Amino acid sequence: MRGSSPAMTGEYRDTGAYMSTMRPQDILLPAAAGLCCKPGGFHIDPVRPVERAVITHGHSDHARAGHGRVLATQETLDMMRLRYGENFAGSTQAICYGEEIRLGDVRVKFHPAGHVLGSAQIAVTCKDTCIVASGDYKDAPDPTCTPFELVPCDVFITEATFGLPVFRHGDAAGEVRKLLASVALFPERAHLVGAYSLGKAQRVIALLRQAGYDAPIYLHGAMEKITKYYQSRGIDLGELRPVMGVKKAALAGTITLAPPSATSDLWTRRFPDPVTAFASGWMRVRARARQRGIELPLVISDHADWDGLTATIAATGAGEIWVTHGQEDALVHWCQSKGLRAQPLDLVGYGDEEESETPLQDEAEA
Amino acid sequence: MNRFAELLDRLAYEPGRNNKLRLITGYFREVGDPDRGYALAALTGALSFKHAKPALIRDLIASRTDPVLFGLSYDYVGDLSETVALMWPKRVPGNGESFPGHPSPPPSPARGEGAQLGAGQQTSSTTDRDSASDGRTTPTVPSPLAGEGQGGGYRGRDARDALHPSNHNNPPPPTLTEVVTTLRTLGKTELPKQLERWLDELDETGRWALLKLVTGALRIGISARLAKTAAAALGDKDPHEVELIWPGLAPPYLDLFAWLEGRGDKPVNRDPAPFRPVMLAHAIEDTDFAALDPADYVAEWKWDGIRVQAVAGRDERGHVTARLYSRTGEDITGSFPDLVPSLRLAGAIDGELLILREGRVQSFNVLQQRLNRKVVSPKLIKEFPIHLRAYDLLGDDANDLRELPFAERRERLETFIGKLDDPRIDLSPTVPFASWQALTAARADPASAGAGEDADAVEGVMLKRRDAPYLPGRPKGQWWKWKRDPHIIDAVLMYAQRGHGKRSSYYSDYTFGVWTAGEAGDELVPVGKAYFGFTDEELLQIDRFVRRNTTEKFGPVRHVVHEPDTGLVLEVAFEGLQRSQRHKSGVAMRFPRISRLRWDKPPREADRLETLENMLKADESLPTIKVAASADSR
Ligand SMILES: [Zn+2]
Repeated sequence: MRGSSPAMTGEYRDTGAYMSTMRPQDILLPAAAGLCCKPGGFHIDPVRPVERAVITHGHSDHARAGHGRVLATQETLDMMRLRYGENFAGSTQAICYGEEIRLGDVRVKFHPAGHVLGSAQIAVTCKDTCIVASGDYKDAPDPTCTPFELVPCDVFITEATFGLPVFRHGDAAGEVRKLLASVALFPERAHLVGAYSLGKAQRVIALLRQAGYDAPIYLHGAMEKITKYYQSRGIDLGELRPVMGVKKAALAGTITLAPPSATSDLWTRRFPDPVTAFASGWMRVRARARQRGIELPLVISDHADWDGLTATIAATGAGEIWVTHGQEDALVHWCQSKGLRAQPLDLVGYGDEEESETPLQDEAEA
Repeated sequence: MNRFAELLDRLAYEPGRNNKLRLITGYFREVGDPDRGYALAALTGALSFKHAKPALIRDLIASRTDPVLFGLSYDYVGDLSETVALMWPKRVPGNGESFPGHPSPPPSPARGEGAQLGAGQQTSSTTDRDSASDGRTTPTVPSPLAGEGQGGGYRGRDARDALHPSNHNNPPPPTLTEVVTTLRTLGKTELPKQLERWLDELDETGRWALLKLVTGALRIGISARLAKTAAAALGDKDPHEVELIWPGLAPPYLDLFAWLEGRGDKPVNRDPAPFRPVMLAHAIEDTDFAALDPADYVAEWKWDGIRVQAVAGRDERGHVTARLYSRTGEDITGSFPDLVPSLRLAGAIDGELLILREGRVQSFNVLQQRLNRKVVSPKLIKEFPIHLRAYDLLGDDANDLRELPFAERRERLETFIGKLDDPRIDLSPTVPFASWQALTAARADPASAGAGEDADAVEGVMLKRRDAPYLPGRPKGQWWKWKRDPHIIDAVLMYAQRGHGKRSSYYSDYTFGVWTAGEAGDELVPVGKAYFGFTDEELLQIDRFVRRNTTEKFGPVRHVVHEPDTGLVLEVAFEGLQRSQRHKSGVAMRFPRISRLRWDKPPREADRLETLENMLKADESLPTIKVAASADSR
C-alpha cells in the first residue's frame, strides 16, 4: 500500500516537463520536511524548519516555529505568536479566506476548514489541476469558527483521524445537554471537563452558552491565554473565571475546563468529588473512555466523523484522494470501493496533535 | 429503551455507590410505568428470555456493511455489540440500499460533478476558480457570532441527512417494555427481522444496550440490592422494607411503585417462605476490645462454609414450602435438594452450609467442589453430603423473632433444633470465655477449645451482643468477626499505578516484591499487588513517595526506586498463599493488603522468598485455602 504513495511513484521532473503534463505529484509531494510544493517553492504544515511555510491552522503539530517565511490566516499567525513568541518566524504574511495569491508557478487560495478559529484548507492550483490540502477539518456546526467550505478539486487530501465507521460524533448540543443534566443531578459535585486548549475548550463553552447555561465557567490556567484570544476576536463566551485560588466548597455545582492531562492529576484534588468529563471524538468508544478513568464521556470532536469524511470526499468531486493523519486504511478502502483513486499519504511527524494523540496505554492488569 | 440505555451507559462509568443510587433513583422518578419496572427487573436480574447468539448479530451487520470496514472497526473497538451499535447504518424505508460505509455504485469521478451535491451555496465555480481572485469578501473571522458561524454553511451532510431523517419520519424507537415483552414471546425465526427493525429505530447507546441485553451480556456492575435501595429512595423507604416484600413482587412492579409514590398500599408478601435480609458483622480491631465488656457477648466459631438462610413455611392450604437462600437473598434451593426434606418445621434458620463426612466438617475446598457442579447428581449428593450448622433463629412458625435479643433467640434456636432432631441440621456451639485473654487463646487453638476435629474448618470467632436484635445490614457494635491472624511479611514497593474512579489521581495500586538469590546477587521478585489496607493519610504519603522516587514511566505504571538502601518497605498482610504458574515468584497471595508502612526499615531487611515458601508449605498442610471468587459470598 505504502509503496504506491505519490512519493514512490512520482519522480519529480524539471520545470519544463511539468508545464506540459501535470501530474498531481508534480505539484505536491510528501517530503521529509512535510508536504512540498516544488513549483510553488513552499511546504504545507512542515514539521521541520523550511524557507517558506504555508500553514493550515494553529495546532502545534501543524504550526511550528523556526520557518523563514510563513503564510497563514491572521488567527493562525496570532496563535503561533501566542505560543512561540514574537520571533517565531523570519517574516509573516496574513491571508484571508477566499483570497488567492501566486507563489512561484502556482496559485494558492485559503478556504475555511471549520476545525478551529482561523483554520484553513489550502487549494493549490497549477495550470488546470487543483489540489486541496484540507488540513484538519469538520463539517459540523461550530459557533467559534467559520463553517467548512466545500472546495471542488481534482485531488483532495483528507485527514482520517476518525476514519472508521464506528466514529459518528452525533449532535454536540446533545452531549452538552448530557453535561448539564449531570450538573443538575449532582449539584454538590464539581464537573471537570477535559478539553484541548485550542478550539475544543472554546467550542464547549460556546455550546454551553447556546444551551442557556449562564453561570460563570472556570478555566485551568493553561487555557486562559488562548481563550482570551478567542474573546478578543469577538467570540462571546460569557463570564469566565480562573479556577486558581477559588475555595474548594465554592466549586460545588460549577463547570471547569482543563487540558485533558490535568483531569487525571493531583490538580483535581482541589475540586469537591469531581465528575471527570472529557470532550473528544475518542469518547465514542467505551474502552477508550474507561481507560482514561472518565466518568462522563462527551462525544464532541473538532474533526469530521466517518460520515463527514465520506460525504465531504464525495462532494468535492475529486477523482483522487490522498489520506493522512490516522485511520488511513479504512478510508482508502472506502474510496476505492467508490471507484476513486486513493492512497495513504505518508507524512512523517504528523499525528502528534493533541486530539490525535494515542490515548494512554492499557493499564497492565486492570 | 434509549433512556434506559443512557442510564446503563452512565452507570458503567460511575464508580461511586451513592452516585449510582442517585442516577437510578433519578431514572425511576423521571420514567413512568411500566418501563421503569422492567428497568428494575433488568437491574435486579429478574428478566428472563432466550438469548440471541453472537453469530446472529454478525449476520445482521454483514448484511448491511462492507466486510473490510467491519473487520477494521471490530479490531479497533474489540467488542462485537459495541462495534455493531456504533457503525449500524440505519435503513429508512424508501431509501434503498445506500448507506455510509457500504459500497454502492461509484459516482463519476469527474471534477465538479459530485460537488453539486453539496455546493448549493458556494459561489466559486469551475470557471471562476481560475481567476486570480473571485472577488468574494469572506471575512477571516466570524466576528460577533450572531447570525454567522453557526454552521450550516456547508451542506455536505444533506445527502446523508436524507438517509437519517430526524424521528418525525421514522417509527418511534421501541420502549424498554416493548423490547422485553416482545423478546419473551418472539419465535426464533422472527428474531433477526425484529432486531433489525429495532436497530434502525434506536440511537447508538440504545443499540448497544439492546445488543447486550439480547445476547445476555449485559453487565451493569451494580447489585440487585443497590437497585432495590434506589427504588426505596424514591419513596424515602427503608431498603429493607422493599427487600421484605420483594419475593412476592413481579415485573413491572406496578404495586411497588404505587406504594413508593404514596398512591397505593404496601404490597403484601404472600410468599410462605420469604427471605429476610441478613445481619452482618464488623471486623474487630485490637483497639476495639478496650471498650467492650466480655460479659455482654456470646462467642461462636466462625465456620469456613457458606452463610445461608433456611426457611420453611405453610401456605394457605397448610402445605410446607422450604427454601434455601444465599446471604444476598438468591434462592439456591435447587442446588441442595438433599437438605429440603430436613426443613420440615416452619421457621427461619440463619446458619452455615458445610459438607460433613462421618460427622466431621470438611474444608471449604471440599464444599467448593460441590458448588462448582452444575448438575446435582445422586452421586454428588452422596459424596458431598450437605449439612446446616445453625446459629440463629429469625422466625419460629408464624412468629417473627427478629425483635428479640440474641440470647433469647439462641434459647429458642436450641429448642427448635432439638424438636427438629435431624442429623443434617445441628447447633453451632458457643465458645465459653470469661476474659478477652481466654477468648484469644480459644481463637488461637480452636481444637482444644471445643471445636475438636472440626478445628480446621474454623476461620475465627464471632462475637454477638446478648441483647442485640436481628438487624438487617451491618449495624455498629452488635456483631463482630475476629478472624485468625493473617499472614504478614515485609515487602518492598516496586511499581505503582494510578487507581480508578476517585483514586484516579493517586498512585494507589502497588506491586511489591521480596528478596531472592539472582544471578548477580540478591534481587527483588514481585510477589503481589495491593490496592487497600492503608489510611487516606498513608495513601497521600505513598503517593508523594512514588512521585518523588520514580525511576521510569510506562504508560500509567511508574517504576519506583527499590535498592537495598533506598526504597519503601510495606508490611503486607494476606490470608493465604497458593502456588502460581503465572507469577515469576511461583506463589500468589490471597487478599494481600498494606497493613503498615515501614519507613523505619531499609529495604535490605525486607523478607525473602524462602519465608513465603515456608508459609506455603505450612498452608498446604491445612486444607482451608479457598478461591478468591468465593470469599465475598460468605
Ligand atoms: Zn488540528
